[in-house]
Amino acid sequence: MSDVLILGPQYRTPNLRQALAGAGLHGPIATITAGWQEREGELGALEEHLGQRVRDLRLYERAEGLFGRDPALHEAYRQRQADLRRLQEIYRARLDHAKAAARELLARPDESEILRWARRDAVAALRRLDATHLRMIERVHERFMARWSAALRPLVAQQEAEIKHLIDESGVVCIAGGHVAVLLNRLRLFGLRGLLRGKPLVAWSAGAMALTERVVLFHDHPPQGAGNAEVFEAGLGLIQRTVLLPHAATRLALNDSARVALFARRFSPAACRTLDDGSVLHWRRGRLRTVAASSRLLRTGRAAATEVAHE
Amino acid sequence: MNEPVAVLAVQAPPGLAALDAARQSPIVDPGGLTFVYRGPAEAVRLRLWIHGLPATQAFERAGPGDLWVLRIEVPENSRIEYKLEVVRDGREEWILDPLNPLHAEDPFGANSVAQGHGYARPEWTNVDPQARAGTLEDFVVHSAALQGERHIGVYVPARFRRTRSYPLLVVHDGFDYLRYANLQAVLDNLVHRLEIPPLIAAFTQSPNRLEEYAGHDGHAQFVAREIPELLQHSFPLHPSPAARGLVGASFGAVASLHAAWRHPGAFGRLVLQSGSFAFSDIGHHRRSPTFDPVARFVNEFRRRPGLPAERMYLSCGIYESLIYENRSLVPLLRQHGIEVRYEEVRDGHNWENWRDRLQSALTWLFPGPLWMVYE
Repeated sequence: MSDVLILGPQYRTPNLRQALAGAGLHGPIATITAGWQEREGELGALEEHLGQRVRDLRLYERAEGLFGRDPALHEAYRQRQADLRRLQEIYRARLDHAKAAARELLARPDESEILRWARRDAVAALRRLDATHLRMIERVHERFMARWSAALRPLVAQQEAEIKHLIDESGVVCIAGGHVAVLLNRLRLFGLRGLLRGKPLVAWSAGAMALTERVVLFHDHPPQGAGNAEVFEAGLGLIQRTVLLPHAATRLALNDSARVALFARRFSPAACRTLDDGSVLHWRRGRLRTVAASSRLLRTGRAAATEVAHE
Repeated sequence: MNEPVAVLAVQAPPGLAALDAARQSPIVDPGGLTFVYRGPAEAVRLRLWIHGLPATQAFERAGPGDLWVLRIEVPENSRIEYKLEVVRDGREEWILDPLNPLHAEDPFGANSVAQGHGYARPEWTNVDPQARAGTLEDFVVHSAALQGERHIGVYVPARFRRTRSYPLLVVHDGFDYLRYANLQAVLDNLVHRLEIPPLIAAFTQSPNRLEEYAGHDGHAQFVAREIPELLQHSFPLHPSPAARGLVGASFGAVASLHAAWRHPGAFGRLVLQSGSFAFSDIGHHRRSPTFDPVARFVNEFRRRPGLPAERMYLSCGIYESLIYENRSLVPLLRQHGIEVRYEEVRDGHNWENWRDRLQSALTWLFPGPLWMVYE
């Protein structure tokens, strides 16, 4: 695996240019801004920050065009999305109870062997639920592809060739944040997992989440709802054993040690890492080499700015 | 509109020395509020609008000078609007509390505001420089239903795109919501925080609200049909009832429920704040004749509610006389399959109460992409 740079949000205090220079990444830049939806390709601020022109792969626009050419495919795609939403809703209902049980047991002051066993089992139940949910999502995708891959293949093939050409011409591919489901669906649709492999990548926020093995949605204090972090989809898996948490400073109660501890235990052995303004994580050949302005959620309940060598 | 002001808070009711030194009123402690007035007077009274408490409470002179003091017990998280009634030379005068920098404006003037222990103005009600600002556009529409021209303000969210379809929120007393409940900043902030989707909001303001909001079919036609049809030509509006909301407070809540009831399917979402839902189970209602048409409508509604909207948000202050009517409505709505979120708060019938509920109301009716978007 080539260089992968993961950054925090870029819209307030961007550090993309500095991070590219720091990692020694140069050359023409291709962007993926499908997460911006209708604003895809509005690159003025990004180009101004970088001081160079960039080319967008226009995955959102390509997908819209593709659906426009095959209404039956579009309808099947919508149905798949409706199935996934239903699945997520059912998972959420189960998660509410499983998480409440784990929280309650972890909060008890009792340190007896019986309670330790019960806590371990409650966390294991959460992990089983997350894993089952991911498998069920995968089944929905497989069912869709079994039915539609023959129709999809020729439609996508030309787009993939164009995308591959643009990627080949670039030195670095940047994947911006935005709507993580929209982004992930477009990355999947056009087979970006294969096309990006081996290419130097820079990704931030939702773009960073999409590169991991598991996309975890989270917000500890939403205006409505329970605030339970939830597994949403399998990502591209280009970053492994990591859960990335953009905007953690505002979205997570990092001073709530019980929540932090449960988060870390639930997704272990993956490292749960925060991404806020100024964050930089740099992987080279699959090994994490640099960590700046990012904390790791620990089983002890702390969010600690750890050094790479200590991990 | 108030900006954040530090409230004078202490752990226990203050003694005479502390009262004498106080330069701000009221002094807040966990059990209540101590009001302080300094000046020559024959009597000083607190005038407040809390259902269940006397409308007037007398201050007592503290010590030999012109220091007047009144302590009242108030539960945690209360917010109270009041005036002082000062008697000098035999003349009564209602004034804002000269020692209290917190004021709340409304169409009738302004009141002083006492923030009880635990109350804090929600930060999302203030202008956030980080939030991209939407714009306001003016429309003049000829209403066939109301037989005249009406002025409408339209909020267009930041980063508006014609290629996207937007929910529509129609707001009764919309210009009052903008002025007294800071609604434009609230919309900017909630959209920016991804708590609601970007939406188009239409602000109406009736010149004769007590008549037009009290179960008036012409008004219902205006908000349920004419406004959406007009705006459909100018903005890409999502056609689903789930993407159509109607908002109102006090008589505006009656108008909202009535319009949705008369035009089922026009609005899938309602915000009803401190609704003036006068009704009578038997005999005549107990309110003024102004409420006669309201009670006729609400009684009819209670007999056959139908499904005016799939989801509603209701709120009422427990210091309002309307708490009984609002509480009574909730089980009826739920029995008829409507998803209801109902909140009671320690506040009165006023715009800042309605302002403070907007996050809860709008995120319940139009949940935003908070969980999905990481920019």
